[in-house]
Formats: sequence, structure tokens, C-alpha cells
Amino acid sequence: MSLVTINGVSLVYHDPEGETRALHNVNLSVEPSEFVVIVGPSGCGKSSLLSIVAGLIKPSSGEVYVGGERVTGPSRRIGYMLQHDYLFEWRTILENALLGLEVRKEKTRESVAEVRELMRRYGLGGFENHYPRQLSGGMRQRAALIRTLAVRPDCLLLDEPFSALDYQTRLRVAEEVYGILKDENKTVIMVTHDIAEAVALADRIVVMTPRPGTIASEHRIRFECAKRTPLTTRRLPEFSGYFNAVWRDLDSFEGEVQAVGGGEL
Amino acid sequence: MSYKSSDIDMRYAQQHSPEHVQYMRRNRRMRTVVVVLRVSILIGIFVLWEVAARLGWIDAFIASQPSRAWAAAVNLARRGELLMHLGYTVGETVAGFVLGTLIGIVVAVLLWWSPFLSKVLEPYVVVLNSIPKVALGPIFIVWMGTNVDAIVAMAIAVSVIVTVMMVYTGFTEVDPNKVKLLRTFGASKLQVLQKVVIPSSVPVMISALKVNVGLSLVGTIVGEFLVSKAGLGFLIVYGGQVFNMSLVMSSVILLSGVSVVLYYLVSRLEESVVKWRE
Repeated sequence: MSLVTINGVSLVYHDPEGETRALHNVNLSVEPSEFVVIVGPSGCGKSSLLSIVAGLIKPSSGEVYVGGERVTGPSRRIGYMLQHDYLFEWRTILENALLGLEVRKEKTRESVAEVRELMRRYGLGGFENHYPRQLSGGMRQRAALIRTLAVRPDCLLLDEPFSALDYQTRLRVAEEVYGILKDENKTVIMVTHDIAEAVALADRIVVMTPRPGTIASEHRIRFECAKRTPLTTRRLPEFSGYFNAVWRDLDSFEGEVQAVGGGEL
Repeated sequence: MSYKSSDIDMRYAQQHSPEHVQYMRRNRRMRTVVVVLRVSILIGIFVLWEVAARLGWIDAFIASQPSRAWAAAVNLARRGELLMHLGYTVGETVAGFVLGTLIGIVVAVLLWWSPFLSKVLEPYVVVLNSIPKVALGPIFIVWMGTNVDAIVAMAIAVSVIVTVMMVYTGFTEVDPNKVKLLRTFGASKLQVLQKVVIPSSVPVMISALKVNVGLSLVGTIVGEFLVSKAGLGFLIVYGGQVFNMSLVMSSVILLSGVSVVLYYLVSRLEESVVKWRE
């Protein structure tokens, strides 16, 4: 059974200038432990789709199920990671990592010990009492990931989680985050506009059309190798084939994208 | 500086290049020069004032002079009135800015809580901010009597609206993504307030407190002008009325001292509260 089911989801925004059709009849199922990457032109509503799955905004029509339950508000089974780490500069790294547990009133001696263990396991041991500004970009992103993992979600939503990092850091952090997510056996839905990143990480790539966004095509990504990591896949011969296939799909919208314009929602 | 040949300096020189040591020395000298100049200007003003009065360049009856102002202050102190007046002014000011800041923060929270309310009240806040609060003085006196309450009300009135505007603006400028992050954990509005909005606005609140030190002092002095019973404001008005300029000048100097000390204390508070900022 699929963990996340998106059923005929549409979204219309209203503002004084008029209405914007952001999403149109989106259907998607995500299997447990699957890594699905959504790519699409800017403004196609992919971030809005994540917000709907997270229960932050209500779709105009259609519904979302997570683990068989209909999403009506923020779900405990969902963890969300934003474009920046958004660590609170007035909290230490450990206090930041405990934020979700505090909000859910699940901060117990056991859960704190668990978070400390996560920090130790993923290279933040010894930095518990540091403040965010004292950490490098990669470490901050890892701290943000641990903050998300601390509430034990089944499914993680990643909204362009690496886009704020410089290219080298980006590759390294993608490698680390991928390793951690596989280690913890999490289901992931990630949004990006970086095709290479999508191919390097995804089990399946979903291509969305320009606004109003709907699913144009899907690509199953399989690599013949013993232990897959984002960096190793980039060196494999199949990589460019997948890259070109996704690129062709996106490129076919190019004329429409110019016409629609619009920024990231 | 004086510890050029001390141990610390020696060890420092061993660890750093001669250029860096040179640079640090220049830096230190610069800072010393600034401090020395600052103090000299202050001393210079007083010396010039005293000399000008003694040599008859200015009329000491109208301009007073440091020695007379000092004598006036000593005289007050002998009679035990100095501390009483100081106490009134400091007490009213502290009450004014603490209450003004607290009330302002509470109102800002209410406005943040209900965007609808803030939309409705926006023109009122703008108008209240633009009217000179000292004009309300007589109203407070009629309502509360010629006593400390009216003065504290004055001090609050001067500072509260500015606080509302500063803190509310601070609240609305909190990164919406930080709020979103909290909402993904299922946070309630109260939790959003507690965990993001208030902590990230602490620097703004401290700035408001800093501004309010000055504003409340204005409110207090104006209040004391009007009520005229005790405090530095009373001494200034009284001194002016009986042409005792030495009393006026010593009170003004004491007033500057009070504002400096209060401002310094609030700055210290800021340092201890926002230690994560360094």
C-alpha cells in the first residue's frame, strides 16, 4: 500500500488582482521508502503541492492521504524541510533539534537522549551547545534534518533543501542527507529544479507542467550498482540518459513558461 | 598603553607577526585617543564656563557657573532634599518606561494575534502616535490629581505608542518561513508566539526599552513641570521662577547623569539577554 496518496488535487489562489490556478488535478502515489523527486518550471506550484501534503494549506478540491488517513492539518507522520535551515539563532543546536518535540509536547528524557544520539551519529556530537552561527552551512543543514527526524516522521518533504548552498557544499550535503534518509529508511518527496540533483537522488522523477501545474510525465530511475549514492550515480553511464529524458520533458514547456512567467509560489 | 612590556604583551608578540602587533598597538592607541578627547571636551566645557563667568565674559547671574551649580547641589544634599528629588524623578521614569514598554508589548501582541483588529485600529495608532503626548498632561492631572500617578501616566503616555509601533513592526517582520517551520510541527498560534515571534523580537523590544528611557524621562520632567511638587523637573521650574539659575543648572546636569545611568543599565541588560548575537 502506498504511504502517500494525492488524489485529484487542485488549488486556486484568490487575491484582489484575481484568481490564480496553481495546481490542476494532481494524482500521485508514493510507496514506503520511495524517494520521489518532483521537478518542474518555476511557479508550477510544486512547493504549494508540498504544503498541501504537509497539511499547511487546503486544496481547493481533491484530497491527500498519508498512511491511510486523510490530511486535514499538519500531520505527525510528515516532516518538512525548507529551503534554508531556519535554525533559530537564539537557541543552541540541541535546543533547535528539540523544537518539534517541544511543540508536540513530546520532550521527554528518552526523546532527548534519542536526539542526542542522532546528533552523535550524524557528526554533530560535541556541538550540542553551540549556536547556529558557529556552524558551517553543511552542519546547519544536518542540524535542520535532525530537527525534522526528531519527531519521527514516516515521510519527509524536502522543498529545495540544498538550493541555498554553494555548489560544492550542495553536492556534499546532498550526499550526507541522502545517506541519512536511506539509513533511517524514510519515504521522501523532494522538490527541486536541478535536474542533475533529481536524477542523482530519485527512485522516481515526476515532471510537472507550468501553471496550473499537473503531472506531465514520470521517470523511474534505476542504477546498476552495489551501493547507490548521489555522487556515485553521477559517474554512471545511465546518468546522462535519464538527465536528457527529463530535460526533454521540461524543455518542451519552454514556450509556455515564457508566456506564463510568474515566480515561485 | 602602560603594559607594553608585560607578560601578556610579550607572549602576544611571540605568537603574532610584527605587523599584526604593530596594527594592534595602533588600534589601541586610537581608542585611547578617542577616550582622552571625549573626557577633555567635557572638562574643557566646564573649565571654559567657569573661567568665562569669573572673568565676566558672561553674566553668572543668568548663565550660572560650575562652582555655583556645585554649591547649589551641595546645599540641597545638606538639607537632605537632593536624594528625595532624584528618587522621585528616577522612580517615576523607571515606572514609566517599564510600564510603557510592558503595556506596549501587550498591545502589540493583541494586534499581532488579530490581523483584523490591527487593520481596524491602524488609523488610531497612527493618530495617537502623531499627537504630542505632553498635550495630554492637564487631562491626566484633572483625572488623577496633582500627584505621582499623573506624572507616571505622562511618562507611560509618551512611550507606549512608540513601543506598540516598534514591537508590532518587529512581530510582522519575523521570517514567515520560521513560522511555517513551526506550523509543520503542528504548532498552535500561542506556540508560534512563544517560540518564534517573541524570541526573535527580543532585540526590537530592547531597542524599544532604550528609546523609552529617553522618552519617559521627557514625560516625567514635563509631568513634574506641571505638577510641581518634587523631582528634578520641579527643581528646574522652581529655580527658573525664582531666578536661581545655579539650581536650574545643577538640576539639568543631574538630569543628564540620570539619563546616562539609565541608558547604561538598559545597555547592560541588552548584552546579557542577547548573548547569542555576538
